[in-house]
Amino acid sequence: MSVGLNHFLVLSVILFSLGIYAVLTRKNAIQVLMGIELILNSANINFIAFARYGNYGFTGQVISLFVIILAAAEAAIALAIVLNIYKQFTTVNVDEIDGLKE
Amino acid sequence: MNENLLIQLSILNIILPLLGFVVLIFFGNRIPKSHLFEISTIFVGLVFSAIVAFYKLSYYEARTLIFEFRWIDFGNVPFVGNLGINLGIQIDNVSAIMQLTVFIVSFVVHLFSIKYMEGDPRYTRYFAYLGLFTFSMLGIVLTHNFLMMYIFWELVGVSSYLLIGFWFEKKSASDAAKKAFIVNRIGDVGFFLGILILYVNYHTFTFSEIFSQISQGNLPFNSGAWLTAAGILIFCGAIGKSAQFPLHVWLPDAMEGPTPVSALIHAATMVAAGVYLVARIFVMLTADAMLVIASIGAITAFISATIAITQTDIKRVLAYSTVSQLGYMIMSLGVGAYFFAFLHLITHAFFKAGLFLGSGSVIHAMHHEQDIRFMGGLRKKLPITYYTFLIYTLAISGVPLTSGFLSKDGILGGTLAFANLTGYWFFPIVGFLVAMLTAFYMFRLVILTFHGEPRDVHKFEHAHESPATMLIPLISLAILSFFIFFSPNPLNIEAGWFYQWVKTPTTIVPQELAFPFMINKNSSQIVVHSEIYMEAMHHAHSTAMMISLIMAGLGILLAFVIYQWRFISADNLALKLRPLYNFSFNKWYFDELYSKTAVAFTLGLSNFLAWFDQKVIDGIVNGTATVTRNTSFASGKFDNVVVDGLVNLTAATTGFFGLVFRKLQTGKVQTYLVMVLTGIIILFFIFKSI
Repeated sequence: MSVGLNHFLVLSVILFSLGIYAVLTRKNAIQVLMGIELILNSANINFIAFARYGNYGFTGQVISLFVIILAAAEAAIALAIVLNIYKQFTTVNVDEIDGLKE
Repeated sequence: MNENLLIQLSILNIILPLLGFVVLIFFGNRIPKSHLFEISTIFVGLVFSAIVAFYKLSYYEARTLIFEFRWIDFGNVPFVGNLGINLGIQIDNVSAIMQLTVFIVSFVVHLFSIKYMEGDPRYTRYFAYLGLFTFSMLGIVLTHNFLMMYIFWELVGVSSYLLIGFWFEKKSASDAAKKAFIVNRIGDVGFFLGILILYVNYHTFTFSEIFSQISQGNLPFNSGAWLTAAGILIFCGAIGKSAQFPLHVWLPDAMEGPTPVSALIHAATMVAAGVYLVARIFVMLTADAMLVIASIGAITAFISATIAITQTDIKRVLAYSTVSQLGYMIMSLGVGAYFFAFLHLITHAFFKAGLFLGSGSVIHAMHHEQDIRFMGGLRKKLPITYYTFLIYTLAISGVPLTSGFLSKDGILGGTLAFANLTGYWFFPIVGFLVAMLTAFYMFRLVILTFHGEPRDVHKFEHAHESPATMLIPLISLAILSFFIFFSPNPLNIEAGWFYQWVKTPTTIVPQELAFPFMINKNSSQIVVHSEIYMEAMHHAHSTAMMISLIMAGLGILLAFVIYQWRFISADNLALKLRPLYNFSFNKWYFDELYSKTAVAFTLGLSNFLAWFDQKVIDGIVNGTATVTRNTSFASGKFDNVVVDGLVNLTAATTGFFGLVFRKLQTGKVQTYLVMVLTGIIILFFIFKSI
């Protein structure tokens, strides 16, 4: 059995689901960010897989590079936000930070 | 002196007293001695009117000066044609003389009032009213149309109301003022209707235009009856103003005003207006209208003369004598003796003003005692008042050498000539009878007031002659009561200048409506003083003079017999003729009759109308109010319950959903994300099936 497109897609789905699960269930804001990284990477796998098996040239690879750059930037900004949240509330537990309710 | 200047002076004369009135009524209390300003306006007017009269009578004797302007132009009215109202003034010999007379009497009354009214709390207002009164009368005298005549006519009514009710704290005074005004209004309704008849037919108010239309045979509604009706209706105004039967009841009550005011009302300003009006419309009176006028005048003269005999209030006797003399004038106009009516108007103005001012002087001296039963013997205390009063009395009785003789004699001659030509012997008989009665009651008044022994010694002791400002008017009016101002011949007016000035106007009524004697034999022209009439007048002149002298002599003799020498006791006579005496003393029960009939009817009607107002009109109003209130109440309830309920329901619903959905907004990012995810999955399945 050779490795085909479906395998990559299944891997991507598993990775995406894990990411979602992490985002929805983790209490720690850092862990939520980690979940987001998982989601982004599952998307990357999808892009590359389609680029490899589809007839689309290099578009998928290029976009996945963009996503990686975006993920880096996102991580930097998000961590800065988390740092500021910590400064403000002295916690990074997302359950306790419910100011949006107001 | 050209005619424009005369017109300007006359207009100025009208305005001057008005100016006095306005200044005094608005600033009178702020300017010290402001009444002197008003008096000086009258004095200036007196000088001007003398100038006007002199030039008019000397240089423009035969001309009528008219100044007029278009006051309102209605333009071309559909179905009628051009309509408009002209205002203006007219100076002919009659109005020039009348103007001067008004100013003379007004001025002496002003002069007299300075002392007489001294100390009155409304002193300046009194003079203001006098100014208004003079102004209104001048308007009547100088106007050249019926509209202005009517306006000033009402102004005279208003100012008489103000002056008769001047001491309005007294109930009798305010009642008398109301009576005078209301009784006058009754006559004015007729006057107004008469004017309307003329305006509807001729579309103009101007005397000369109306008269020229009639003289062209253009009768109102093409009927002689309407012309007669118009004449009689306009005469109704004179019945009210000149206190003719049956509207004479107001004048004796008008005594409640200050005595100088009575002089003004009785002499030149108010009652003269009625006679003057009839003189103005004299040319358009038909034979029937003249008969009515003459009859009214004769009845008035007789009734009031009989009443005057028994009255005991000095002013009331004079008041009834005025009514009687006015009856003479009206009767004189009715029988065609136009000139003598006007002459009597002027001569009467002077001696009647004098009589009233004289009585004012007596009342002043007696500390406001007016009852002649408490007087007597005042000759010694008030010599000047007595002698002037005697001169006036001689004049009103028609004794030769006085002005009254000339005019009264002429009137009696006129009635006699009229009776000769038409057979109405009623007029001369009444005329001569009244002449005797007049002499009798006037001398009764003089004897009871001035002769004999004082009947109230206390008041007699305190009596004193009036000051100079009150005596000068008396003396000047006494001088004016002599014949010399009217004719150089004391027995015949026709020799005089007055006769030259006041020409009897030519009548304009069609031949079939005029008296037969009015038609000239030769020219078949219709004139009032036709050859036949003039001849009859000449014929009657000496007869009338003889009879009137005898009558006056008889009256005077009778007065002396009864009251001076007391050959016949007045009390016994009254006792013997008790019904007659009571009838006269109670003024023929006119007031009682009117209060039982007209007044009672009016009161009943008013009460009914008041009831109607209160029950029906107010009921409708109250019903409307109730309905509105109930409707509002229901509407309010609807608003409160239904509309507000709906609003509240919406609010409650919104609140309920808010309460429910509030739970969803936890503020926790992860919860939101779960929802987003759920939403995406649901959407995925929805779109997948499509």
